[in-house]
Amino acid sequence: MTDFLLNRQPVTLATTDPDLTVLDFLREQAHLTGTKEGCASGDCGACTIVVGEPTEQGMRYRSLNSCITFVHSLHGKQLLTVEHLEQEGALHPVQQALVDHHGSQCGFCTPGFVMSLFALYHSDVQPSRDAVLTALSGNLCRCTGYRPIIDAGMALLEARHGDAFSAQMTDIEAELRSLGTPVLPEETKPDQSVGFWQPKNREELARAKARSPRARYTAGSTDLALEKTQRLANLNALIDLSQVAELNHLSVDAEGLHIGAAVSYTELEPVLLADYPEAREWLERLGSRPIRNRGTLGGNLGNASPIGDTPPLLIALNATVTLSNGQSERTLPVSELITGYRQTVLADDEWIDTIHIPRRTPGSLFRAYKISKRFEDDISTVCAVFYLETDKNDIVTCLRTGFGGLAATPLQLTDWQEPLIGEHWPALAVNDLSRTLAEALAPIDDVRASARYRVQVTANLFKRFHLETTQPDARTRVHGHGGSAHA
Amino acid sequence: MRKLTESRLPLALSQGHRGAPVAHESAVRQVSGQARYVDDLPEPANLLHAAVALSDVAAGTLARLDINTMARAPGVIATLTLADVPGHTDIGAVFPGDPVLADGDILFHGQPLCAVAAETVEQARHAALLADWTITPGDAILTVDQARAAETYVGDTVQFRRGDALTGLANATHTSSGEIHIGGQEHFYLEGQVSLVIPEEDGGMLVYTSSQHPSEVQKLVAEVLGIPFSQVTVDVRRMGGGFGGKETQAAQWACIAALLARKTGRAVKLRLPRSQDMTTTGKRHPFVNRWTLGYDNAGQIQAADIEVNGLCGYSPDLSNAIVDRAMFHADNGYFLNDAHITGYRCRTHTASNTAFRGFGGPQGMMTIEAAMDGIARTLGEDPLTIRKRNLYGDEGRNVTPYHMTVTDNILPELIDRLETSADYWARRDAIREFNANSPIIKKGLALTPVKFGISFTAKHLNQAGALIHLYTDGSIYLNHGGTEMGQGLFTKVAQIVATEFSVPLATIQSSATRTDKVPNTSPTAASSGTDLNGAAAQNAARTIKQRLIEFATDHYQVRPDQIEFDNGQVLIGEQRLTFADLVQTAYMNRISLSATGYYRTPKLHWDAETGKGRPFLYFAYGASCSEVTIDTLTGEYAVDRVDILHDVGNSLNPAIDIGQIEGGFIQGMGWLTTEELKWNDEGRLLSNSPATYKIPSIGDTPPIFNVELFDQPNREETVFKSKAVGEPPLMLPISVWCALRDAIASTADYRINPSLNTPATPEEVLFALERLADQVREAS
Repeated sequence: MTDFLLNRQPVTLATTDPDLTVLDFLREQAHLTGTKEGCASGDCGACTIVVGEPTEQGMRYRSLNSCITFVHSLHGKQLLTVEHLEQEGALHPVQQALVDHHGSQCGFCTPGFVMSLFALYHSDVQPSRDAVLTALSGNLCRCTGYRPIIDAGMALLEARHGDAFSAQMTDIEAELRSLGTPVLPEETKPDQSVGFWQPKNREELARAKARSPRARYTAGSTDLALEKTQRLANLNALIDLSQVAELNHLSVDAEGLHIGAAVSYTELEPVLLADYPEAREWLERLGSRPIRNRGTLGGNLGNASPIGDTPPLLIALNATVTLSNGQSERTLPVSELITGYRQTVLADDEWIDTIHIPRRTPGSLFRAYKISKRFEDDISTVCAVFYLETDKNDIVTCLRTGFGGLAATPLQLTDWQEPLIGEHWPALAVNDLSRTLAEALAPIDDVRASARYRVQVTANLFKRFHLETTQPDARTRVHGHGGSAHA
Repeated sequence: MRKLTESRLPLALSQGHRGAPVAHESAVRQVSGQARYVDDLPEPANLLHAAVALSDVAAGTLARLDINTMARAPGVIATLTLADVPGHTDIGAVFPGDPVLADGDILFHGQPLCAVAAETVEQARHAALLADWTITPGDAILTVDQARAAETYVGDTVQFRRGDALTGLANATHTSSGEIHIGGQEHFYLEGQVSLVIPEEDGGMLVYTSSQHPSEVQKLVAEVLGIPFSQVTVDVRRMGGGFGGKETQAAQWACIAALLARKTGRAVKLRLPRSQDMTTTGKRHPFVNRWTLGYDNAGQIQAADIEVNGLCGYSPDLSNAIVDRAMFHADNGYFLNDAHITGYRCRTHTASNTAFRGFGGPQGMMTIEAAMDGIARTLGEDPLTIRKRNLYGDEGRNVTPYHMTVTDNILPELIDRLETSADYWARRDAIREFNANSPIIKKGLALTPVKFGISFTAKHLNQAGALIHLYTDGSIYLNHGGTEMGQGLFTKVAQIVATEFSVPLATIQSSATRTDKVPNTSPTAASSGTDLNGAAAQNAARTIKQRLIEFATDHYQVRPDQIEFDNGQVLIGEQRLTFADLVQTAYMNRISLSATGYYRTPKLHWDAETGKGRPFLYFAYGASCSEVTIDTLTGEYAVDRVDILHDVGNSLNPAIDIGQIEGGFIQGMGWLTTEELKWNDEGRLLSNSPATYKIPSIGDTPPIFNVELFDQPNREETVFKSKAVGEPPLMLPISVWCALRDAIASTADYRINPSLNTPATPEEVLFALERLADQVREAS
């Protein structure tokens, strides 16, 4: 059984329909039609809902795309929908702000904006235009041009005070903590083929996989759920990694960052940026706020997609990944994990457990570039990551690269980068090198860009990296931040 | 940032009358999730869900269609092929050519072949995957060039001629020619296509749909079923966005659902999944346009020969009117002197392209704006200088290529004001300075005008009806033929009626558009919603008000001029009654409290044979100034600042008008920048989801976005001298495209006019930079 709160109402669902999405549950079973389906692929945000969960710091509210979230993953959480925000006949401040600023026209996207703004309202972010843009990066509106919505968000952040929800938090937390334990496969039955299981630790995870060997792993389901909503597949057996304690562990030590495979990008953000602040733009361009609230490094690596944004970064940073089956572990470079188009070295009983990013060498230079048609919430045309160490005379002692969108797998151009060791970095023949870089690439044409553009841009991004690392004052970015401000 | 016009009627504004910036009538219900769209309606008992199977080949013949496996799939109750259609099988809106399901000829990749109804959405969609077919492939024509070479068109080629352009060009001081490829645009209404059809006891159908044209859905549903129009009722409370995409192309889904409802006797809902919606419905027409202009040393145009080629898709749909409108706007706000404008309607094996905000106008306008930049670069002048020199003017410079005299031209004044408020010339200098010192990042600036003709070019559509009831508590029920798609039509019309009766806006109850309330309506399109329906409602209100005045004159023994409707009350001589009291007294004295209203647009005439006349009652004007930053290494860009001054006549609701301007701007910006439709060589649409088709997201909103209304009454007689606002702002972001081009041109010292097709994606911008660098190299 899956137990959660639907607004204030306790709900118990049998796990006989493992791939039921939150959106379908709301609209077809709970008959709450305020939450809309715009695309069923997590790209438009009309279906945005908020999930509340108890943490050590109290209730935490996060916006999610309900169309690609499995309802059984809500065990022990509170699902908040647009219908519930009105309290005692009065609109919630986020709703009122949208009305006051003329933030709805056709209104179909509006419930999604309301919920994203609600999550923002309950976050501890400092008021700024950027904070509003980030919070709403996963919500498309085709009518307003967004200006009134941004104004509503700004006004809200500047006049934030408690709401009815703040007053209820303690009660809600207690209710949530009292809900039953999540479901695991029955111990005695082999090869269980229908179920949604939520192991809480590695041991339970290993047992669950043993009982249901054909079950698929899911964490954020931002990619897996598309098999159901877009390709109409039935995902009958799912093991949810998001509650496995060890896979949610995030720590920093002298060696580096150790990131559990089920840690969401949102959780990862402050830790990664503390060590690698230059990754901010790359991270802001990775999906949208609700996608980053769900998506994980483990998922991105496990998918092994050629356009995944994280493998190029992890490869360039010399990250390693620990795979586990509960009994034994092995750790290998991320560059060796992915073997082909959507193929990895993972054995049938293995899962991605932890990703390790080494501490950076003081003085190292690093950039992560993502290029796409649209700045926010778009898939990479090209992702290019460069990591450079030089000695005190600016002689290259280490150069590593990671590229996405350029081949069937993420790339590291070892043959191209290695000869640069020992060269004087500021004096490099950049034009020649960008040409040889281009010659080393053989991408394809697709819906996002032509092969020629991909090659040209990649070569030019190397020029940009060289420029930003040798002339920090040169302006190289359109978005005002510039290379150095982002560093 | 938002600037509302100063109120001249403070008391009336507080009542929500015309001119008040009141919130959208559904705003509170929208933010609280209570506003119902078709898929949100409580479902009738025994509802079935439908799904369609789409062709996977662009051209050929359907040799075999096997639906047996589909019919046996779990939950399936009924199937539908063309053979099951009792009435008409062609649902072409104006001209034939749109079979409701494939009739043997395969017309495009994504054409609906058959349909199925099942107990659940999931069952229906799974079953649709089981349809099996054999298509004998034919040769697919996919591009304008292929269609022109094969001379395959959906309508006759049309030419407007004023003077002798060819002689004019021969005698011109300078000539320049060019070509531009203009991409299409997916509507991406957030609510996809959907219909819910409930069979009635008399064989009729009640249709809930998301359509801009309920009367056409009524007609087509009746025709496919072979029943009288009177047995079909179509109800549209609201749409989750339309933008033209639900003008003709909502009907097919209602027809299929109705056919399945007839076959099963059960209610049927058909809602397209997003990828099918994007694949099977038509879009904004891609165009390939060419021009030759002759001009003098000052850059003033002496003659123009312009050719527009619309990629129409497999059927006429509305393409003839759309290509016409591209031709009508190939002058934008400029006097072309001797002009020939020719429009080709290319038939291709792609989805049938359809109405989209601007309706061809934007593609026509892009052509002349692209050419303006060319004149400026050749003469070494600023593009704004050239644009201003070519604006329509007084006698001798005020006749369009279609022989309509422009009598309401306010562009010179409007541009002057914007030029000053946007500080154009100082920023021009600052940008040149910036570019001189910034090797990688470049800035661009442009100020472009819009002149957009208002009226349906099909004259008969310029009519509307309304229905008003007064109830004895003084509440007012309002119905009219226009549909609400977010544009605020219901709000504006309610404001008009509240103003007429001088009652608080809350007194007015807006209601779903229904074909049994107001019949034979025109689509809510061509920006005409308020002009037509607002005027019809105003007439209905005036009819009832006149009855009330006549009654009160008689009953209270006063003169008509002693009666005044005043904010929910009525002054009658010395007496003061509430509006409700007067209504009640009128009822007791047997006065009819219900009336229809009707409106037809005056002054229109058009001779299609000669290409002469007055197709528009008036023009709506605007201008925008955009500043962009581009990255010459990646082609990525940002729009940094936008200033807009736009003409809506007397604004009926400044908040809603500004919302239309801002929203239209961003939508048009998407069309010209990131929204890229891509097909493969087999004619399959690749950009078939929001993962691959990128409309502007919130971060694309310019950080500085100043929008102001040009506060002058319409010179023509429209409702309270307001102007239409739906479409014209869509063309304001042509300044973004020109600014991108300006930034690109800066890399060659503004001496060469770079070619830049649309959408100007980062890839297109980078390649435009490359092409320009090649040109410079070749020249030196």
